[in-house]
Amino acid sequence: MNLFCVGLSHHTADVATREHFAGNATAESIARQAGCAEALLLTTCNRVEVYGVSNKGISTDEIARCLVAETNRDPDNYAPAFYRYEDNKCVQHLFRVASGLDSMVVGESEIFGQAKKAYESARTSGAVGPYLHRLFQRAFRVAKQVRTHTDVARGAVSVGSVAVELAQRIFGKLSECKVLVLGAGETSERTTRALISRGVSDLRISNRSLDRARELAQAVGGRAVPFEDWAAQCREIDILLTSTASEAPLLTCDILAPMLWQRLDRSLFIIDIGVPRDVDPSVNELQGVYLYDIDSIRSVADQSLELRRQQVAAAEAIIADHVTEFVDAIPRGLNRAPQAPEHSSVGENSLRGSEL
Amino acid sequence: MDRYFLIASTLCFLAAVVHTVIELRAKLFRPMRFNFFAIGVGFIFQTCFLWVRGQELGRCPITNLFEVFVFLAWSVALAYILVGPAYRVSLMGAFTAPLVLLLQGFALVAPIDTRHSVTVPANSWLEFHASLSLVAYGAFALACIAGVMYLLQERQLKTHHLHSIFYHLPPLSNLFAVITRLLWWGFALYTVGIVSGFFTGHPLPHIQIVAAIALWLLYAAILQARHLKWLSPKRVAALCIVGFSAALVLLWGITFTAELHHVP
Repeated sequence: MNLFCVGLSHHTADVATREHFAGNATAESIARQAGCAEALLLTTCNRVEVYGVSNKGISTDEIARCLVAETNRDPDNYAPAFYRYEDNKCVQHLFRVASGLDSMVVGESEIFGQAKKAYESARTSGAVGPYLHRLFQRAFRVAKQVRTHTDVARGAVSVGSVAVELAQRIFGKLSECKVLVLGAGETSERTTRALISRGVSDLRISNRSLDRARELAQAVGGRAVPFEDWAAQCREIDILLTSTASEAPLLTCDILAPMLWQRLDRSLFIIDIGVPRDVDPSVNELQGVYLYDIDSIRSVADQSLELRRQQVAAAEAIIADHVTEFVDAIPRGLNRAPQAPEHSSVGENSLRGSEL
Repeated sequence: MDRYFLIASTLCFLAAVVHTVIELRAKLFRPMRFNFFAIGVGFIFQTCFLWVRGQELGRCPITNLFEVFVFLAWSVALAYILVGPAYRVSLMGAFTAPLVLLLQGFALVAPIDTRHSVTVPANSWLEFHASLSLVAYGAFALACIAGVMYLLQERQLKTHHLHSIFYHLPPLSNLFAVITRLLWWGFALYTVGIVSGFFTGHPLPHIQIVAAIALWLLYAAILQARHLKWLSPKRVAALCIVGFSAALVLLWGITFTAELHHVP
């Protein structure tokens, strides 16, 4: 038996190339057309990959043709974008993919769900047999272990998730937090929704246009506050999310400091994503106030990414252990399978893929 | 014989500290389970030491500075074992182990295990007063540790520089809740400890009484200011560190004067 993976990803192909091969085939159709004993198709916005098990050698070209079989597209023009991994390299690649190490944002967890969905879909269609079943079950186990035993998935990397993460670091559970959203723009709405997803229920929306404030309040389940009343809300709220088009800072130490005396025992977390900034930077010097503007949020996201990158070596070590264990455990015949005929540029791409 | 138990206990706490340092250097911070286990085993050895020493002395083993430091280290470990899992304060073990190691390491290395004849006979009120006060110190020590954790996290949040340890620390609000509870526990035990001191039947040095009441007043003031919301959580956390530092100095003074007067 020969285990292989043929595919293209954001490392080797641009989005136009990826969409050329995405969405046209199923695991079952690939298994049938290429003559694989087992096949699984993993398609995400960043990758199109076919995992196969076969008694005979199946070339990369054949798989590429299967991916566009239902269309009139010519796969040959895109041949250099394909990579191919076999046997233990294939096992290692899948473990890396499932753990998020091969993702565009290192450590992202979405790929885990996508791989599970692809597996379920292939299993339902009968394209998955014992080899791929064992391989993917192990991959899910490895991904969970990597996530639990390293910090590769730690830290937030988008504005919304950084805001939520920091809020949780300060307040713990967000269900008791009162949030004021100042400015009803798109980023505010996204961040507000991220906060709601973590349990925030007391939402107040204020905007120069009260109608727009009411509109957003209705959309997210909050209540609108007249713009002239927003500052007074700072006595009560725990989180202020601001993103207005104001040219001058709306919130300064002079406004906030007197109110803080009435809430000495509670922290105030301010997320200022407005440019120009809505909150005077010196507000961060006030006790119990944690001010994050768009640059500091980006800086936190960068630190999280850097932390994740530092964890890659530890994650790779866990994966290497599992690859050895898995390859030793599967029938020896898998390693003695005939080598599939390579595409002319496959060796080069494979190397490039692993380097990336 | 009893020192072997203490050495074994100190090695357990040393293992917890070394493990924490290794994890920190690898930026792979998952020491909670190991630390809890190491501290648990260390606590068992501490208890064995105190029991053997107590049997030997025929009284509660707090007759010199060496024993007082070990008893205090035992109280800190006890407070951690009771509080850590109950309030799910992650990483508290990583911060507790160094303090216990410091106390026990000092007790083992410094020439303070001086045996002198205690002229005062064993007195249950006196032992109750001293041991309960030391257990209260354990709670104050843990509040101090939680205070350090609070200030560390607060600093990172203020400066926007988040170390990998940041993601493993409990949220500020949870830490503050733990600090408050520990202060109340410590204060209640210390109050009972001080009151019981008046039933010992022995005249204690005035300086001890004044210093003990001053410490009691300091913690009472912190708790009252916290209750009336006059102090920010950051100030309370900082005062926990000040309070425990003062408690250590007081403990030293009390033991020193007690040794002078040959009182256990």
